[in-house]
Amino acid sequence: MRNLLTLFVLFTITSKTMAQDLLNILESEAPKTKNYTSATFKGTRILNGHSIELRKKGVTEFVISHRFGRVNLGIDELYGLDQSNIRFALEKGITDNLMVGLGRSSFEKTYDGFLKYKLIKQRSNKNSTPISATVFGSVAYRSIKDFDPLDKPTFNQKLTYFTQLMIARKFSPELSLQIMPSYTYRNLVKTNDDPHGIAAIGFGGRAKISKRMALNAEYHYTINPLKSIDTTNSLALGLEIETGGHVFQIILSNSITMIEKSFITESTDNFFEGDIHLGFNISRAFQGKKKNKNHN
Amino acid sequence: MKSIYITICLFLCVTFTYGQEKFLTKQGEVSFFSSTPIEDIKAENHQVLSIIDTKDGSLAIAILMKSFMFEKSLMQEHFNENYVESDTYPKAIFKGKIKDFNSLNLNTNEVVITGDITIHGVTKSIETKAKLIKTADSLLLNGTFTIQIADFDISIPSVVANNIAENLNIDFKLNHNPYNK
Repeated sequence: MRNLLTLFVLFTITSKTMAQDLLNILESEAPKTKNYTSATFKGTRILNGHSIELRKKGVTEFVISHRFGRVNLGIDELYGLDQSNIRFALEKGITDNLMVGLGRSSFEKTYDGFLKYKLIKQRSNKNSTPISATVFGSVAYRSIKDFDPLDKPTFNQKLTYFTQLMIARKFSPELSLQIMPSYTYRNLVKTNDDPHGIAAIGFGGRAKISKRMALNAEYHYTINPLKSIDTTNSLALGLEIETGGHVFQIILSNSITMIEKSFITESTDNFFEGDIHLGFNISRAFQGKKKNKNHN
Repeated sequence: MKSIYITICLFLCVTFTYGQEKFLTKQGEVSFFSSTPIEDIKAENHQVLSIIDTKDGSLAIAILMKSFMFEKSLMQEHFNENYVESDTYPKAIFKGKIKDFNSLNLNTNEVVITGDITIHGVTKSIETKAKLIKTADSLLLNGTFTIQIADFDISIPSVVANNIAENLNIDFKLNHNPYNK
């Protein structure tokens, strides 16, 4: 009788465990997949400069950015709104790790082209990697005809190169930080005192304040600034709003331009004396239909 | 002493049989479809884990949200980031039963599945019809059911409200094979 009881108890325990353990079995059978961190930043820009994010393969983005005049110009200039700088650009994901872009800025009528490549992707689970890293390179062509007709610069002399390494980590769903050293090289400088090459280091971050809104900040410290103009370090603070295919950023910055060589090395306004420019970035992404056969 | 042996022996038999009585798949297919006049959205997941215990027809399904593949990568990003919040709620889970499992004798059976489904951290009871096709070494379960997005505390911003249907049709096709540990 006692044995029968033991049997009964064992049987009950076994069947109970079995029913509850189905999910545990699934857990143990689950393949160990690489879990890539997504959306470290929401857009390809933190505010003025690039984030580690790229557009995915086949996605084309039309980007329109504006920076108005200084808000401390007062009512006569409608707090800067009468003046405006614009950059519009087409930016496209060639692969999931490579992106190209072409843009045109009204400031000095500058054309720019860039390449951006993702080197490292932050991931958890299998072979976890704590950071993401992206390299960025661009060329800017200054096409404004503000030179003496007798001293016409050559095509090469109008070019400025820029390269940057971005390293970022998404610490939590709410907080991402980025550090980005950069180097700008001018083929032609205004005076002999000006360095051709300028090194800078930038810091940026995104703090999510609601499901679709975040506060972003970005600062660039220039190590060897231009001498011919009195430059300042670029600072930007902004609010990012995400709605479906759009990312909309409202920006306050002491920089008036939207390409790297320019806002990092040529900003002259002082944020803390009220030389603040209101601006916005808006992007619209388009995507052709894609057959994704990669089920990993 | 002898009876203890019998007990142990019986216990082992029971456990052993249980081992044979489970059917598992790691490549189950689940897809959902949202249709509005503006846009059709479809996503497929071919890595669904599902297990059936044939002793009593218990069923458990685990779906990794990040494994849903969309036609447009942006949709996939929004799905994970904004709607189901995959970093916080990585899986959808179903835990339930195939009703009257032990009295099914046909090769093809209409069955009723009842249980609890958890998506986005919200659990709801559901009951749905499905087709169960039995062969010697497989149990194929397929069917369709509908869920209301709002039931799972997933909010759709008004800008895209016209692009996303309020109800999603979910298709599942789970072909289980015997599971041996």
